[in-house]
Amino acid sequence: MFGRRAEQAVRRLKEGASREEVAKLGATAAVIDASFEVQPGEIFVVMGLSGSGKSTLIRMLNGLWPATDGHVFVDGIDIANISDSELRRVRKQKISMVFQHFALLPHRTVLENAAYALDIQGVDKTERRAKAGEALEMVGLAGWEDKFPVQLSGGMKQRVGLARALAAGSDIMLMDEAFSALDPLIKREMQDQLVQLQSSLNKTIVFITHDLNEAMRLGDRIAVMRDGRIVQIGTAEEVLNDPANDYVAQFVADVDRTRVLTASSVMEPAQYTVNANAGPREAQHAMREKQMTAAFAVGRRDNKLHGVVYDKEVVSAVKRGDTTLESIIDANVASVHQDAYLVDLFAPAAESQLPLAVIDDEKRLVGVVPRVTLLNAMASIADVVHSAEAASVASESPPPGQPADGPGTHDTVDPMGARTVAEQLAVQDAAEVERDQN
Amino acid sequence: MIRTDSFDPLDPRIDLGDWIEDAIRWFVRTFSIIFDGLQAVLEGAFDAVDTVLEAPHFLIMITLFAALAWTVRSWKLAVFTVIGFYVIASVDQWSEAMYTLAMVLVAAGIAVLISVPVGIWAAKSTSVSNAVRPILDFMQTMPPLVYLVPAIVAFGVGVTGGIVATIVFAMPPGVRFTELAIRQVDSEVVEAGQAFGSTPRRILRQIQLPLAMPTIMAGINQVIMLALSMVVLTAFIGAHGLGREVRSSLTRVDLALGVEGGLAIVILAIYLDRVVAALADRAPVVRASRVRD
Ligand SMILES: Nc1ncnc2c1ncn2[C@@H]1O[C@H](COP(=O)(O)OP(=O)(O)OP(=O)(O)O)[C@@H](O)[C@H]1O
Ligand SMILES: [Mg+2]
Repeated sequence: MFGRRAEQAVRRLKEGASREEVAKLGATAAVIDASFEVQPGEIFVVMGLSGSGKSTLIRMLNGLWPATDGHVFVDGIDIANISDSELRRVRKQKISMVFQHFALLPHRTVLENAAYALDIQGVDKTERRAKAGEALEMVGLAGWEDKFPVQLSGGMKQRVGLARALAAGSDIMLMDEAFSALDPLIKREMQDQLVQLQSSLNKTIVFITHDLNEAMRLGDRIAVMRDGRIVQIGTAEEVLNDPANDYVAQFVADVDRTRVLTASSVMEPAQYTVNANAGPREAQHAMREKQMTAAFAVGRRDNKLHGVVYDKEVVSAVKRGDTTLESIIDANVASVHQDAYLVDLFAPAAESQLPLAVIDDEKRLVGVVPRVTLLNAMASIADVVHSAEAASVASESPPPGQPADGPGTHDTVDPMGARTVAEQLAVQDAAEVERDQN
Repeated sequence: MIRTDSFDPLDPRIDLGDWIEDAIRWFVRTFSIIFDGLQAVLEGAFDAVDTVLEAPHFLIMITLFAALAWTVRSWKLAVFTVIGFYVIASVDQWSEAMYTLAMVLVAAGIAVLISVPVGIWAAKSTSVSNAVRPILDFMQTMPPLVYLVPAIVAFGVGVTGGIVATIVFAMPPGVRFTELAIRQVDSEVVEAGQAFGSTPRRILRQIQLPLAMPTIMAGINQVIMLALSMVVLTAFIGAHGLGREVRSSLTRVDLALGVEGGLAIVILAIYLDRVVAALADRAPVVRASRVRD
């Protein structure tokens, strides 16, 4: 509960008042009546739209924000009702946390950051460094110990955040939108890594996300939150196939997915590139190295897409003694914007023999979509649409592809919310594509 | 004192000044032990610093100042220091400049020792912040000369009153910048400290202060600059140094002396500003943000 007259608001809620009614008192009920149990060794995902109370919920689990009312039991200790020093002891020994924006100490090295929790625990320096080093190795950051956070990319920073939590040695890990600030490709990589780590570590993880795909990939069980309440708890399967109400159903169904999936959600890293600003010799070398017959020419600094070059022309340019690639770059390259819908990718993909180039607003090359990826994405959509159909029938909301006009569906999600849902679906599909490929 | 009988609403006269004067005089008389103690401590501190600065030959001091400039910033600042301070010595303002510098160091040092903790406290507690803010506003809007009158009442003519007035005048930016700096520290990083079980004191030391340091240093720089401008004014209540030179150039309309004293003040100001700025740049967060492979 935030704001004034919190106690009074709690009493009113208990008497059956609604969230809007207590809002008139000047109190915001961020989390209401959220009861759940997390089993040891489980990844418990809490999913919900922005403002549904996820951050508040997870911060009550380690007492960062004290609960106005109710209990939080960690190994039998009610941390909502203990003294500050006892609470600190529980945090040191039992619970660690990973943050959305990493929350690293900028003035400390990667190793010192990873060792932070151990420092607080009072572990002596040599042991601290050894354990932190091990944790960094686990997340794949060996060799980066002496760098500072500014020298790392977002994904690497979050690995440090993860290493810090792992080094703490606590059984419980709280992760508040830990991967939400990362680029889609990095995000998928981090999810894989977490799943892989979890298979050997067996931590108890509470993971917050607003991303359905992420929830499906990571969660042993998923809790869906809405307006401060938990509206459904179940496995990915259950949430997908048997949504408890329209709100959950909105999360998992009711849209034509090819109109929701975007290029950025299925794209792969662009490997076949050459420097557009360099000469043909460098291009020839790069292409020979990777055995490419054609490559995207991109600006070295800005990563802007200039066009395509083909091996034959590069060879003859070298023979002619050209100093730039300019004359042989074919600017007529099939490219799509990263937000282009999947349905709009088919025509350009069919015409082009190269993978589709995916660009952003500034024409920077952000990835590629090979034709086989596109086809795979379509195949998996067929599956998901199938299960989604079952889901929407179960909840009596309109079938996919048709506008959601039925009573009760319109007022459950506002236009902004609908967009978020759409984005979530997009990324989910992308992940499934990837899984299919592996 | 309140002559309600003779109060005429159409021609109001409240003797506010008299009341406050009485209050201050009463205060000084009643707590004379404190004021005497304060006087002894401040005078002692000032004498010590002044002796250290003035006793060695000026060439030795110039070398030391330049060495400091070189270590914290660059050889360029060191060259400026040598030329600048040599000019001060050659216009015959050396001992005045050292006197003024000693006053600035003592007053600004004490102002920082008071204002930074107050700023931290205000950052931690909204009610403290609310209580402190109007006081700071009052202190900053008051014309600086006004501080001299109670100082002279409390400490008489001399350097102590000047130092106290300077401390009061120079303190506000120290408090404000510190409060702002601590409040601006990324709340997620502070939460990280809490989440791993750190104590508030330790979070302050390991997270909030280091991250706030660049802004706090900017505040300290302001404190020093205000102290320098105030120290010049304290010549009006009998402090010596560059201020007295400027004051006598005024009374005697001695333009040459005024130029020399003023120049020395400017050189001191630039030197102090650059050195403090360089120290701020050496804060760990700033350094870490600059590293490149
Ligand atoms: N410090 C605060 N003071 C007052 N109200 C707050 C505070 N923090 C959150 N709230 C309110 O509590 C509700 C839940 O917020 P919370 O941050 O838990 O949502 P969330 O699900 O994490 O959203 P997001 O996805 O945007 O992070 C919101 O209505 C928000 O406005
Ligand atoms: Mg949140």
